[in-house]
Amino acid sequence: MNMKLLKTALVKTLPVMAGYIVLGMGFGLLLRESGYGVWWAFAMSVFIFAGALQYVGVSLIASGVSFISIALTSLMINARHLFYGISMIKRYEGTGFKKIYLMHALTDETYSLVCTDSVPEGVEPHQYYLLVSFFDHIYWITGSVLGSLLGAALTFDTTGIDFVMTALFVTIFIEQWSNTKEHRPALIGVGASVICLMIFGSANFLIPAMVIIMVALMSLRGRLETKEEK
Amino acid sequence: MNGNSYAMIAIGIMAGVTFLLRVIPFIIFSKGETPAYIDYFGKVLPYAIMGMLVVYCLKDISFTSAPFGIPAVLAVLLVAVLHLWKKNTLISIVSGTACYMMLIHLFG
Repeated sequence: MNMKLLKTALVKTLPVMAGYIVLGMGFGLLLRESGYGVWWAFAMSVFIFAGALQYVGVSLIASGVSFISIALTSLMINARHLFYGISMIKRYEGTGFKKIYLMHALTDETYSLVCTDSVPEGVEPHQYYLLVSFFDHIYWITGSVLGSLLGAALTFDTTGIDFVMTALFVTIFIEQWSNTKEHRPALIGVGASVICLMIFGSANFLIPAMVIIMVALMSLRGRLETKEEK
Repeated sequence: MNGNSYAMIAIGIMAGVTFLLRVIPFIIFSKGETPAYIDYFGKVLPYAIMGMLVVYCLKDISFTSAPFGIPAVLAVLLVAVLHLWKKNTLISIVSGTACYMMLIHLFG
């Protein structure tokens, strides 16, 4: 493994580091407050590795709901991951047994870093994907363990620091926008999400938005593909 | 069932369902050549999903009550402008987040 690869992956994941450490700490703290200590935080972050579900999971476990509702809640919250896989099939092709880990570690943030076509020059894509996934995972685990251990000793005001995730997605959106003349897919993504957010509300808009995005992109396929070949 | 085994099974279910959702696309298209429309989605879907994730991050902002989403909108604009101008991810993210934290402090 060369230094350039390590350095590139580290620099690219720095924003995720900031976000995951902070959000992970929030999770670890919350879990500890409902009576589950550091090993629980560690296990959840290693094996689930999905921010929103882990936060909800704390209250699910604390209230002792049925296993069926836990399964259904997990399904609803994480259904969007079905769509991330679809765009990574080609990029993760030929990674062998490492693919199992790559698939497990495909969070929103990891997806946002590996779905771009511009892997830095002189860096082997598969190793880069693996390292980005692994670094992100380590940040998330570190954050949740720290949150659980430090617990109430944390007094500094971090309100609003979770904006790093929003900012990360905005910068990637801008980068993708500048790299293409075809803006319809991006506009469909924003448009469908805003419309569904207004109709279905913030708790339920993701799935209908994704369905509309898939249908709209499918129906534009002929036009978008011929344009690309020119 | 005691609390610990309940929690362990609960975590196992959450991990299992999440892993399944992440793996299903790869399983469905593992046999033979990937169909052409999957190549197509691999190209165009990231653009759409990134737009969706930006909206997702801003979903809980209320534009009808104080501070009317002003801190988030200003900070997003700052990130966008800085990024178009400097093209440096860290500068854009650090400035935007600092600006957001200051603004919600001022308005809060």
